[in-house]
Amino acid sequence: MIGALAILLGLQLIGEVAVQISGVPIPGPVVGMLLLFSVLRWRKSLPYKLRKTAETLLSHLSLLFIPAGVGIIQHGARLADEWLALLAAMVLSTLITVAITALVMQWIIRIQRRTRRDG
Amino acid sequence: MDKMLDDIWVYLAASPLLWLTVTLMVYLAGQWLFERSGGQAWFNPVALSIILLASLLLLTGVPYATYFKGAQFIHFLLGPATVALAIPLYLHWNRVRQLFLPVIVGLLAGSITAILSAVGLAGLLGGSPRTLLSLVPKSVTTPVAMGVAEKIGGIPSLTAVIVILTGVVGAVAAPTLLNMLRIRDEAVQGFAIGVAAHGIGTARALQISSMAGAFAGLAIGLNALLTSLLAPVIVRLLHVSFNL
Repeated sequence: MIGALAILLGLQLIGEVAVQISGVPIPGPVVGMLLLFSVLRWRKSLPYKLRKTAETLLSHLSLLFIPAGVGIIQHGARLADEWLALLAAMVLSTLITVAITALVMQWIIRIQRRTRRDG
Repeated sequence: MDKMLDDIWVYLAASPLLWLTVTLMVYLAGQWLFERSGGQAWFNPVALSIILLASLLLLTGVPYATYFKGAQFIHFLLGPATVALAIPLYLHWNRVRQLFLPVIVGLLAGSITAILSAVGLAGLLGGSPRTLLSLVPKSVTTPVAMGVAEKIGGIPSLTAVIVILTGVVGAVAAPTLLNMLRIRDEAVQGFAIGVAAHGIGTARALQISSMAGAFAGLAIGLNALLTSLLAPVIVRLLHVSFNL
């Protein structure tokens, strides 16, 4: 588990450093994810311990968002003033985004299937 | 004097431990309630935990900074967890490669929709300029969203809260919405939830299936990438057209 954690943190570190040096506006952990993915593809194998640790971490992914979410107590005044705008943006915009993404994706998949069948 | 120094030491040493432990216990309680409710989406463990912890802090008058000193150890794990998303992606790579074009087009549509619909709706309802700017990266995973907010003139800590509430909305409502839209493909379900509701949505998608989780995880990474590139451009366009 410690070895797996060291791999995850090490790749995040490389990602952060790469972003700092290159100035590319991509977050360090995302670069780390791309690196880990590339290494796995290249080695064509996934160590059991790494898989276990990653799955444990991901199965409690929602826990990791709680500390930042509690930050809501710092914004009481703004929330009281602008609750309607914020609520609409968070609820409606999120639903619209889910719907548009899913429908567009489904639509492209259908077009691809049709072209494959006809062609 | 000695007694006072002692008290201060005890206080400082104990506070990170206290709030770290309380956060874990509240989360476990939230999970327990969620399971007891038979997996009712409305008992979202994240939402429950945030409400409980926020109420606790307000009642005891403990400032957020003190709380965060302990909770930061949990917050910190967002980084390695993001790296770990490479694993479901690796395991489902064949399906991802098959769906390459739908993924890219869906991502573009979803990412732009997320930004414009949030800013547009809040703008129509009288949101202040800084609130609007804080809303721009609302569908992106927390650490990235905070960075984007800072860059474009929003309030990073407000963005963090918006991002998490957005995630909760997505986790609670997206599966029902996708059912209503007759989207059955788990890859499409996962990807749509991930684009709109990042990691909290992904936690939900992982409950649908490992395949849905893989596509949600992929969506987090891709949307983080695209939004950090798009946000400054879109904000500049909005500045020009609406004098934001």
